Parts: sequence; C-alpha cells; structure tokens
Amino acid sequence: MKHDLSHLPGIFARHQQKPEALIMILQDIQKEYRYLPCEALQETAKALHVPLSKVFSVATFYNAFSLHPKGKNVVRICVGTACHIRGAALIQDQIENALSLKAGQTSADMQFSIEVVACVGACAMAPVVIVNEQYHGSVKPSGAKRLVKGVQ
Amino acid sequence: MGITSSKQLLEMHKECKATFEKYPKKVIVCCGTGCIANGARKIVEAFQAALAERKIKDFSIEAVKETGCHGFCEQGPLVVIEPHGTFYTHVKPKDVEAIVEKSIAGGEVIEPLLYTNPVTGNKVERYQDVSFFTHQHRIALRNLGKIAAHDIRDYIAVGGYQGLAKVLTSMTPDQVIDLIADSGLRGRGGGGFPAGKKWRTCRNVESDVRYVICNGDEGDPGAFMDRSMMEGDPHSVLEGMMIAAFAVGAKNGYIYVREEYPLAVIHLQKAIQDCEKHGLLGDNILGTNFSFRIRINRGAGAFVCGESSALMRSVAGEVGEPRAKYIHSVIKGLWDKPTVLNNVETYANVPIIAMNGPEWFKSIGVKNNSGTKVFSLVGKVRNTGLIEVAMGTTLREIIYDIGGGMLDGRPFKAVQTGGPSGGCLPAPQLDLPVDFDSLTAVGSMMGSGGMIVMDDKTCMVDVARYFLHFLVSESCGKCVPCREGLYQLHELTERVCTGEATEADLEKMEKLSEVVITASLCGLGKSGPNPLMSTIKYFRDEYLTHIREKRCPAAVCKKLITYTVIEEKCTGCMACITACAYNAITGERKKPHFIHQEKCEKCGACVAVCKPDAILVE
Repeated sequence: MKHDLSHLPGIFARHQQKPEALIMILQDIQKEYRYLPCEALQETAKALHVPLSKVFSVATFYNAFSLHPKGKNVVRICVGTACHIRGAALIQDQIENALSLKAGQTSADMQFSIEVVACVGACAMAPVVIVNEQYHGSVKPSGAKRLVKGVQ
Repeated sequence: MGITSSKQLLEMHKECKATFEKYPKKVIVCCGTGCIANGARKIVEAFQAALAERKIKDFSIEAVKETGCHGFCEQGPLVVIEPHGTFYTHVKPKDVEAIVEKSIAGGEVIEPLLYTNPVTGNKVERYQDVSFFTHQHRIALRNLGKIAAHDIRDYIAVGGYQGLAKVLTSMTPDQVIDLIADSGLRGRGGGGFPAGKKWRTCRNVESDVRYVICNGDEGDPGAFMDRSMMEGDPHSVLEGMMIAAFAVGAKNGYIYVREEYPLAVIHLQKAIQDCEKHGLLGDNILGTNFSFRIRINRGAGAFVCGESSALMRSVAGEVGEPRAKYIHSVIKGLWDKPTVLNNVETYANVPIIAMNGPEWFKSIGVKNNSGTKVFSLVGKVRNTGLIEVAMGTTLREIIYDIGGGMLDGRPFKAVQTGGPSGGCLPAPQLDLPVDFDSLTAVGSMMGSGGMIVMDDKTCMVDVARYFLHFLVSESCGKCVPCREGLYQLHELTERVCTGEATEADLEKMEKLSEVVITASLCGLGKSGPNPLMSTIKYFRDEYLTHIREKRCPAAVCKKLITYTVIEEKCTGCMACITACAYNAITGERKKPHFIHQEKCEKCGACVAVCKPDAILVE
C-alpha cells in the first residue's frame, strides 16, 4: 500500500526530531494513518538518526501500535476485571458473531476491526463497549449486536 | 499576567473566591468520563440553551459548573443543585427545562429524578444524605464534583496553590521532607512506600539534575481512581508535584498518562498551560528561586510501564522493560539521574498536607497508615463508583454501607483488591480493616485501589485464569520466570477450567507460583501469582470441585456447564430462539423449547432474553 508521507516532516518537527520523542512520534503517525505504515517507520528512523530495528522494537512492544491497517469502524470491548465479572466474555461472543470476526481481526472490506482492551477505566458502568470513541455502558448480551449493527 | 509573589496569589484567591461565590445557587453537572459517556455534555448544552433567554434571580449561566467525577458513575449523568444539594440522577436533556423552572427558579424538588436508595426503596433528596457519600472521607478527591476541572480560577478560589506558596516562602526543602515524612504519607500506587523517605533519599544523592515523575499509568484492570483525579482536579496533582520538586530539588517533571485516558491528557495540558500563563510553572515561581516545568508523556498501552524503571525507560522513548533494581530508581532513575516517582493520588494528597500539617493527616486513618485511600468499588455491588475512605475502614463498611450491599441480593463470595498483583478475600475476611499492612498480611494487597466485589455467580478459578491471561499478555518477556512461569500457570489453570486437571496439577501450581514469586525481575512477576495463590488458599474446594467432579459451581466455565430449558417455566415465547446465533434452540410458540447440546456455544444470549428465567445453567 502506498501512502502519502507528506504529514511526516510536520510530525517530526513538532517533536524536534528528538530520539526520546520516538513513542510520541509513533503515536502521532498512528493517529494520522490509523496504523504504522512500513515506509513511515523507515522515515522515522532516518529522521531521528536511530536504527530501524529500534523503531521496530518500540512499535511492536506497545499495544497501542498496529503494523496492520485498522477498519473504518473500531469496536473496542473492555475486558477489565469489572467488565469480566459482569459478563464481558459473553458480550465479546455476541459481537464477534455479529461481525463474523475475531478480536484482533479486521474485516476484509476494511469496515470493521474488533479489539479487546484490558480496561478503559469506566468500570462503574461495566460491561463497556466503545464503538468509534462512543462509550456504551451496562451492555447486555442481547443488546450487544445492536451496537455494531447500527454503524454498518 | 503572571503571579510573582505569594501576596499576589492571595489577592487572586480572594478575587476568584468572590467570583466563585457570586451566585448563591450553583448547578453542578458531573463531566467525568462515565457521565460524559451517558450524555453529560448534552445536559450542559441544554442548560446553556435554557438559560440563554431566561433571567433568574441570584443565578446565571456562569454558575453552571462542569466538574470532575462525583464517583457515582452508574447513576449518571448527575446534576446537583447547590446550596441545598438537590441530587438528580440519570438526567436527560429533556429534563433540563423542568430543572431550570422548578428547581432553580422555583426551589422545588423534582421527585422522579431523585436517587432511590436500593436498600430501602426510598427517594433521597440531598447529595449529602446519599449513603454512598455519607460514609466517605474525601481528601484526595476534595475538589472533585465541586470545581470546574478545566478552570484554574476555580482551583485558586478553593485555596489552590496556597500549599505551594506556604512551602516556597516559609520552608526549606528539608523541612518539607520532614513534614511529609511526619505525616506518614505512603505511596498510593500500590507498594505503600513512605513518600518522605523516598524524597529524602533522592535529595541526598549527589547530583546536579533530579527529576519528579507522576505515574498516571493506571494499568490495573478494574481501577479508575487516577483517571478521575487527573480529569477532574488536575491542579491538585500539579501542585503536589511542584511541592515534591521543591523538596528534592528538581527542575523538570513528567506526567506519564495512560493511553486510554484522552480526556485526562487534555485537562492536564490545559492545567499546565494555565500554570505557565500565571507564572506557577516556569522560572522563579512566585518570585522565588524555584523553577520547575512539567511535560506530559502519553503511554502506549503496556501494563508493565506502571513499574517504575520500565516507566522511566518509556519516558525516555525506549521499550518499557524493567531493570533489576540493585540500585533503586530514586538514586539512578530517568536518564540515570535521581528520580522521585509517585502516583497521582499520592501527589493529590501533598498540597493539603502542606496546608493542614502532618498532625491533621495522622489524625485520619490508623497507625502507620495515615490518611485515606481512594477505591474504585465495582463488580457485583449495588452502588458502584469511586469512593474515598479513611484507612482502616472495614471491607464490610465499604461494601455494605457505601456499596449498598450485593447486586440483586445475591450472596457475597469474595472481594478482589490490588488488581493482578492482589488477591481475592472471602467472606470471613469482611471485617478486615483496609490498610496497606492488613491486606498484605492476608495475601492480598492494597494496590492502586481496585476493589472488585464478586457474588456466587463468579467462578474463582475463572478469576485466577483471567488475571493470569492478562499477565501473560502483558509480561514484557525479559526474565524467564515471569515469561514462562506465568504462561505455564495460565495453562494449568485453564486445564482446571476445562476439567482436565488433576490434583497433582494443583500442587504443581503452588510450587511453580513460589518460583515465579522468588525469581522474577520486577513486581509484575513477583506478585503475578497472587490472584492464583489467594484463590487456591481461600477457595480450594472450588478448585477441587472442578477437578474431581468436573463441575463449575458458579456456572461460568463453559466446558463444564450445560444450558437446559426448565419445561415448567418455559412459556414458549420464542425469544431465545431468535436470540441464539448458533441455531441451537428449537421449538414452537407456547410450547416448551429445547436446547441442542451439540450446537450450544454457551454464549448466554438465551439467558439474557428469557423473561420467565426458564433456562438452567449448571
């Protein structure tokens, strides 16, 4: 996949090309492209004068980074302890079934990605599902499908 | 314009206080993440729209405050009308007009919007009388739900930065350290290390550069205290850091905020900018020789980065792997310089201790555990949310008096504290006082303050498996005992859940746990087996039922349970047939349905829709 890399110099400049800003730079790149394109990692290594292997190790160490493109709609299922106790696994079953996808996967048409997150810090409203930044609390297994069908 | 002396700050305090108290009536709209998720922003907009045209005596739109989290997220969006304290829950935008007309202009109470006490069924009119709040003692959360989170003037109005002014103008760094040490403040992040001692060690290291770091990487699943404090009262955290920086002699500070907390980043950024604008951060703060700057680092989703040495590597833009701590990070920390790292709640306590003195702080709580602790009380309790209690409060008081008891009246089974490093405590431990030392003594720990209540429908083996699964995926992989040991422990626990384990496996798990605890490099591995060990210790019978009888008493472990229709109860409504995604249920209208076991995936969809409760899971 070819990408427009014209955003990169601006991102590097914002962080003054400092090697200690590597994580923040990758966060900005991910925000721009919704994942970390291979070319962008190469450019980052060049701009910061660090080995590509170091950029790659940081990019693969942290959960927030993805080396694969994400779908247009991202469904995040919280599986924190409070959500787990209140049945997050059952919610996950329903959503995976409704989208015919497993957690961590993206649909072939690039419409949907399902992610599980360890805790989004909205424990008092457990179980929580976040569809494109919109939080849904106290989700019931019977209502889980509706959350994702609505955005299709 | 910058504030260049403590006198100016005092003048500004008076001016801000006058503005803050200008209107006797105030409307407080909770804008914590929970309430926003429930639509609090729309409520604020509705107030703005309703008040644009309407003139009310002693009231104006300025008196509508968007505050931080009240803690009672489950009841959100929350609206409080001061000074009476009228407390409205589950407010919808369409209710706003009635609130403006009746409650603000008229002083009436709108009964349907009031909170219903789940135990008595009575409506409660005032915020102060809701049992969830009456038993709390709020120090770290003192400003949450009172002041506008994004407004430095509100913070100054309630006495903000007076602690800093006092410290900078009338104390030496050593006196500040003595004060914090005397107060007995212990680190709220989990370990409970005395903050004063840490600060003193850092100050005594020979070095030209020192750093102060705030750990806002609240990774424990089931905990959201730090999130609420960073979002709802960012200035308290900044002020605490400034006092720490003055005490240890640091010029630069970092706040490491978890990736999942975007609102916290926004509010902290705003707070830092406001401080810079007012001269509270930068050079020669309040006209003294003290200079200090704070930068925010966003985490990137790695639980292990909550560990101090890993966090410091992450701040430096590296992979967040911990290192062996033969030399503590307080001596050789960020970029190998002496570094004080405390968590959000610890810093939030500092300004008020500086103001009120160590004796005041010690008068709250119990011996060696002064002050309060914030918990996120969640799981199977009636009132879930954020609470703050004096140290030494018992689990029973927290769960029954504040939490209102168990959800749906089910029996209490266990309470989990300390996240993946903590343990599960059974009913006989309910009268245990909650403080650092008591919890550690019974095999759990304080941790950062997650408190997850479990009922008889929670399988303790599954809980242990859950935490191990979490830790396996979060282990950084640097040391073998943690990387491989936790993995094997997870595999063995999984076998218990599927009914394949033997009693010998149970012994193997106990032995291996000891190895992992002894030999791991950092806290993640050293405490990782705690959830497993504590559940085996207190709920051994449940493990044995899985192993010997191949049965899950809580009906959670999928391999060991079946779903069947109770024919006498089934009304034949066909709701479950529609709900079942696997076509595992058949039947005709008004006749009992049937579940085909070979197709059933045990997803629970049928139970959720069955009104007459006719599906038996065992």
